[in-house]
Amino acid sequence: MSPLLEVEDLHVEIPLPHGTLHAVRGVSLTADAGEAVGLVGESGSGKSLTLRALLGLLPQPARISSGRIVLDGVDVTALPARERRRRLTGAMGMVFQDSLTALNPVMRVGAQIAEAPRRKLGMSAAQAKARAVELMERVGIPDPERRYRAYPHELSGGMRQRICIAIALSGRPRLILADEPTTALDVTIQAQVLGVVESLRRAEGVGLILVSHDLAVVSETCRRIYVMYAGRVVESGPILDVLSAPRHPYSFALLRSVPDPDAPVHRLLTIPGQPPDLMETAAGCSFAPRCLFAADACREQDPPLVALPGDRATACLRHEEADRWSDLVAGLATVEEV
Amino acid sequence: MKALTLPGRSVPAAGTTPRPRRRSRRFNGPLLAGLILFGLLVLAAICAPLITKADPTAQDLTQALLPPGSRGHLLGTDRFGRDTLARLLYGARIDLRVGVLAVVSPFLIGTVLGLVSGWFGGWFDTLVMRIVDMVVAFPFFVLVIALVFALGPGTGSIYLAITLVGWVAYARIVRGEVLVAKNQEYALAARASGLPTWRILLRHLLPNVVLQAIVFSMSDIVLSILAIVTLGYLGLGVPPPTPDWGSMIQDGQQFMLTHWYLAALPGFAVVITGLALALIGDGLVERMNLR
Amino acid sequence: MGFVLYIGRRLLAAVPVLFGTTLIVFFMIHLVPGDPAVTLLGTHATPQAVAALHAQMGLDQPVWRQYLDFLGRLLHGDLGHSFFYQSSVTSLILGRISATLWLILAGAIFAVLVSVPLAVWAASRRGGLADHVIRTVPLLGLGMPAFWLGIMLILLFALKLGLFPVSGYGTTFAQHVQGIILPGLTVALALTPILVRSLRTSMINVLGSDYITTARAKGIGAGRTIAGHALRNAAVSSVTVLGVNIAYLVGSTLVVERVFSLPGVGTQMIDAIFNRDFPVVQGVTMFFAVMVVAVNLLTDVAHAGLDPRVRLS
Repeated sequence: MSPLLEVEDLHVEIPLPHGTLHAVRGVSLTADAGEAVGLVGESGSGKSLTLRALLGLLPQPARISSGRIVLDGVDVTALPARERRRRLTGAMGMVFQDSLTALNPVMRVGAQIAEAPRRKLGMSAAQAKARAVELMERVGIPDPERRYRAYPHELSGGMRQRICIAIALSGRPRLILADEPTTALDVTIQAQVLGVVESLRRAEGVGLILVSHDLAVVSETCRRIYVMYAGRVVESGPILDVLSAPRHPYSFALLRSVPDPDAPVHRLLTIPGQPPDLMETAAGCSFAPRCLFAADACREQDPPLVALPGDRATACLRHEEADRWSDLVAGLATVEEV
Repeated sequence: MKALTLPGRSVPAAGTTPRPRRRSRRFNGPLLAGLILFGLLVLAAICAPLITKADPTAQDLTQALLPPGSRGHLLGTDRFGRDTLARLLYGARIDLRVGVLAVVSPFLIGTVLGLVSGWFGGWFDTLVMRIVDMVVAFPFFVLVIALVFALGPGTGSIYLAITLVGWVAYARIVRGEVLVAKNQEYALAARASGLPTWRILLRHLLPNVVLQAIVFSMSDIVLSILAIVTLGYLGLGVPPPTPDWGSMIQDGQQFMLTHWYLAALPGFAVVITGLALALIGDGLVERMNLR
Repeated sequence: MGFVLYIGRRLLAAVPVLFGTTLIVFFMIHLVPGDPAVTLLGTHATPQAVAALHAQMGLDQPVWRQYLDFLGRLLHGDLGHSFFYQSSVTSLILGRISATLWLILAGAIFAVLVSVPLAVWAASRRGGLADHVIRTVPLLGLGMPAFWLGIMLILLFALKLGLFPVSGYGTTFAQHVQGIILPGLTVALALTPILVRSLRTSMINVLGSDYITTARAKGIGAGRTIAGHALRNAAVSSVTVLGVNIAYLVGSTLVVERVFSLPGVGTQMIDAIFNRDFPVVQGVTMFFAVMVVAVNLLTDVAHAGLDPRVRLS
């Protein structure tokens, strides 16, 4: 059986006055029904654009330049725009980072939740309202009947993000796309909101693609992970395997840059340099200039994403040496005392 | 090269929209175009006697209402046979000079009051802002016209009237900027270092808050030129026979059906002046990277 | 409810502003150089006439007394007596008020009808040809004198095309409407350059907002997204932008009335200036301030009606 969503070789370009920015460079990923998938990378790695491209919500003037988006085994990229939008928005809902700007400031939150049931699912006004109240209850909003009439600015950040989740659920999607949904929230509220998402996933079998720069958030929620760098997926696999034994130097460095409370280390690794300029196409691995283990071959040849045993994949030429990376960095000068 | 720490919880996720590369040039297109255009206008006003030999006030009824292109009168003559080109050029002298100078004292007064009231707050701030509220309750032109009437005819009255009304805009702008700047770290640092207040205000705050006022002064010059021209049109401006674009338009209005250019040409002069100053203002905004 | 409370607060806040405007209008007479009575009557006036004027204007009283009298009369709707006509200033203004109110209304409506579509068009075609044209052409209009624009419109639409009367207001309602179109358009177009530029920016902000993306993600269709989410927020910014510039619009009616010989309050003020009719000039100045305060109040109320966030502060 084909997976719920399959993305093949997706490219997103942003035409700018002085050239074209190639922001997403051949991303492939899959998400099954009821599965939680994480998409991790630093700002500008193309993770948010990838997510937005899935729903046809790219900001102007970005556009999909090539690739396929396959939903339920049907290639929607080949469909006329109207039909494509209908299918995509019918199957997926989206949660954004900043709930204050993501909600219409002049519309009551209840009406915003009820909008899709009323306009898309064809419910009556009363039915849509009942559905909205029910959704609000399910995302953990106390006294939903009263809160239905609230405006966004009258609610707290955590409550607003719950409203956003309710909106994402309102069209009966099978997959939720969440773009840094907890970044703007306090740590305790983060945990609550993630808890809501997780319980909904378990209870209703709704799938989740979670985009975050925060490994901790992803590891708490997701089963599989895609690590993105400079518009590409550089490593993917079951989350525990990737976290315990990374097979790409970028994921390796990413893990090392987060303090691990369980295993006190006195050193954090910083990644020297900056992400590459996505306006240019340089030969070789895009991470090579910042990579601690790069060899000459890495600068000449663009490493393909190769499949590894255990449903994993990596885009590193030297992944076979990965087990020795920990020992190698122990003596390197770029390691800073913390 | 800068080491980039990746990605703890403290690192905020920036948006994914790429930022275009910033070009730092002294002059940008609009600023340069505006400066050249305005420079040409000022030059034409200054060099008026070199451009035309005609006397803008000399009447010759035998040469009245000549069309543009007439011999010796490039842009024709008005109903008294006065040369239109000469009147336009000498009118620029009056209108540009009064327009620019009329903005100087409102700029200074408003900036100082805005600076002081924004920094110290308290009763002084309340007082200044209440007066500002009173003045902005009047339409600009109405209050200026009423004040010119009360003060009597002449350019002195025009300067005074525009000053009395115009300072409020600067006071508002500068006060708003000061309120923001006051809590910024450089201002706090200056305060913490125990510098005298006047020095903090002049050396640290003023350079940061005055930019907005300078940008605004460009459109304010346009407004004050419009005020002068309007007064001239209503017959309340610079007394005749001194040429002024506003009174030229009024003179020309009665010959609209037969000699439309008499009213049209001085208006074009005002429009071009406005364009030049608007371009300068836009260019300044772009260059200073203001909001 | 929050809304009623908000309106109440705004009304209350308008009181000190109106009070302040009376101060300015009152002190106008003290700006007159020399003896106001002599200046107003001219140097050839008899001492008796000057003394009579002094008494009438209360100039022989101390200043605070003069102001209290002025304020007391104002509260009874008494703006003084015209020097020129045998009539009270209030009744003179009331006789001319309808043309001015119509002009302000027509100007505001035309301003919205012209600016909002242009701004929406430019914002939705951002970076395109239409956007560039709509952004650059207003630069030409920023320095355009309203009266000159009026003359040019008369030249084109009244003299050459004969579509509208050259001037005047007529006596019947139909004539009023016909007579108000060109002046209203003049007032509106004089404001359009400023309006379009600020509206375009707010439209771009609205169209690029996250909540528009949220609405699009719901899959409710483009038309529904624009109508349900973009328009109302766009209306909020339109009202804000109009509110900021309304004083300019009201002020430009003064000279536009003159161009089109409309029998409005503005023409009255100009006539009064030439007649050296001080109380009328004072009264009309006061009238314009009241107009601005009233229209500001209206835009605030509209703003609060459209945007629930405003009612909080």
